[in-house]
Amino acid sequence: MIEIKDLHKSYKMGSNSLHVLKGINFSVEEGELVAIMGSSGSGKSTLLNILGMLDELDEGTYTLDGVPIVNLNETKAANYRNKFLGFVFQSFNLINYKTAMENVALPLYYQRMPRKQREEKALKYLEQVGLKEWATHLPSELSGGQKQRVAIARAMAAEPKVLLADEPTGALDSTTSYEVMELIQKINDQGNTILIVTHEEDIAHMCKRIVHLKDGIILEDKKVKQVRAVTNVQ
Amino acid sequence: MRFIFDRNTWQEIFGSISKNKTRTIITVIGVLWGIFIYIALSGAAKGLDNGFDKVFKTVAINSMFVWGQSTSMPYDGYKTGRQMQLKLDDVETLKNRIPEVQYIAPRISQGQFGNEPVYTVRGQKSGSYTLNGDYPIYTKIATKKIFDGGRFINQEDIDQARKVIVIGERVEQELFDKGENPVGAYIRVGSIYFQVIGVTKLAEGVSFDSDSAMFIPFTTYRKLYNSGDNIGYMCIAAYDDADAVQVEKDIKALLRNIHRVDPKDERAFGSANLGEIFNRTMGFADGLTFMSLVVGIATILAGVIGIGNILLISVKERTKELGVRRALGATPGEVRNQIILESVFLTVIAGILGIILGAGVLALINTLTKDADFPYTNPTVPIPYVLGALVIMVVLGTLIGLIPAQRAVSIRPIEALREE
Ligand SMILES: Nc1ncnc2c1ncn2[C@@H]1O[C@H](COP(=O)(O)OP(=O)(O)O)[C@@H](O)[C@H]1O
Ligand SMILES: [Mg+2]
Repeated sequence: MIEIKDLHKSYKMGSNSLHVLKGINFSVEEGELVAIMGSSGSGKSTLLNILGMLDELDEGTYTLDGVPIVNLNETKAANYRNKFLGFVFQSFNLINYKTAMENVALPLYYQRMPRKQREEKALKYLEQVGLKEWATHLPSELSGGQKQRVAIARAMAAEPKVLLADEPTGALDSTTSYEVMELIQKINDQGNTILIVTHEEDIAHMCKRIVHLKDGIILEDKKVKQVRAVTNVQ
Repeated sequence: MRFIFDRNTWQEIFGSISKNKTRTIITVIGVLWGIFIYIALSGAAKGLDNGFDKVFKTVAINSMFVWGQSTSMPYDGYKTGRQMQLKLDDVETLKNRIPEVQYIAPRISQGQFGNEPVYTVRGQKSGSYTLNGDYPIYTKIATKKIFDGGRFINQEDIDQARKVIVIGERVEQELFDKGENPVGAYIRVGSIYFQVIGVTKLAEGVSFDSDSAMFIPFTTYRKLYNSGDNIGYMCIAAYDDADAVQVEKDIKALLRNIHRVDPKDERAFGSANLGEIFNRTMGFADGLTFMSLVVGIATILAGVIGIGNILLISVKERTKELGVRRALGATPGEVRNQIILESVFLTVIAGILGIILGAGVLALINTLTKDADFPYTNPTVPIPYVLGALVIMVVLGTLIGLIPAQRAVSIRPIEALREE
């Protein structure tokens, strides 16, 4: 599904440049649930942003579902993001003047889906995350965990090939974090490919594979026995 | 174009403009004020224009009067202070020699310019009125509205020097009883009986004659007063496209030549030029229209620029939201269109409100001035002007929206998302 070869990325800061990713080789199969771990500043978000076509790589190749991702202009990148990728952010990033359902339906709007269909689908995904009865509520009326579940529904509504989540539980307490992880596991169980950036060990172990970043290279890449999120809730 | 008809598009627009209610209202008011000024001013100018048109409707626009005075310079053996007397021959000469002249109506009168009005009697009633000796051509220069059943002097009256008379509305009121038909009745003017053939209605607007004037055939007058070929003054209409001031000069120069007056003697002949007055008045109305256009457009521009400013601020505030949208798959084009549409929407709403308000005020002014003696009629702005203003709003809204739209897409999504 994802194939990365010899990826390099630096940030130019005035006269010096900061070499953040120094040759990443990495691939993800369909249906995997991968945790990207590493200390703060190790380049996790940078890697995820490149995978999400929000940022560009300096060197190396990136292939997504057989499509080489090169020479993207903004319009093309937007269309790929819309078709291939779902994003979940640490700070939820829901649009505050839209209801839960409108937020979930937004990526479908950019897919040019007719309104009725859009709303039906948004409701279906809200139901999957257990928030159907909150469809008409604004984000300000939802708890943090609920917001993140709406955000996950929004990411899934477009039926992406890969779900990218940057610290999805970073702003949540542990109970809520586990609820969100339980949802992510459930989505993964349905066969969806998911990458999660986290620096929390327990969250990482709820995935099936852990990739450890340090100083811009992959220190360790191992399959783990998945800990089901429900088992953590006493 | 799809996005224009999508409810979501509008939801996006309402969502974003309702987030900043106060500022949205302030900006809308800016443009609203501009279009209101434009509509109200140009409507008012149009009203004045219509009003002036109505005032001048009953007289030929390029018309003037010429009369004889006395010389102020000695010339060709004549002493200064010689009285000038216009003659019927002068009329023919002027018509032949000055091509810009369309009509000349010579007239001789009694009871005007200081001489005694004519004592007129009918039965027990009497009064003193101005008496004019006229040719039918006079009506080409100053329209005479005649009450039903009557007529003005015609060529046969002239040829046969009939004792017929047209009287003004006030003369009728003073000499006849209410409900009585004056046409066919006889009145005594001086010592001669005349048959009334018509009653002139007082014209609205500019009028050459008061409503206490009477009109008889020129030939009858000349017999009655033994005035020969003398005429009192000439009413002259130049063609519409002629330069009235120049025609006036030419006429007086020719008259000086005929009557052997010093070419530099400005005092020998007097004149009054209605065309000049008309042009000056219309120039004023035109100036007003032009000014309202300039002021209106400037105000609209200021308002539209205000909208652009607000959108620019709102785009800055919504940087993160726009980043989220782009992460979700919004193309730069879609983001741009949305912001331009917001701009156009705000401008058009403001424009429509301004037009409604402007039209309301114009209607109010129209009602208030309906009965007033003020040259102000039907102050409307033509529909094409209104539509034109709306089109201008859309164009300006689009142009000004381009600036914030460009700003919105110039920032990369990754940077937009980092914004807090
Ligand atoms: N746009 C940028 N410009 C300059 N430096 C950046 C930029 N984005 C990230 N960095 C730097 O790159 C490094 C890796 O950042 P990041 O990928 O966000 O780390 P992580 O997500 O693992 O905490 C950090 O040192 C960070 O300061
Ligand atoms: Mg990070």
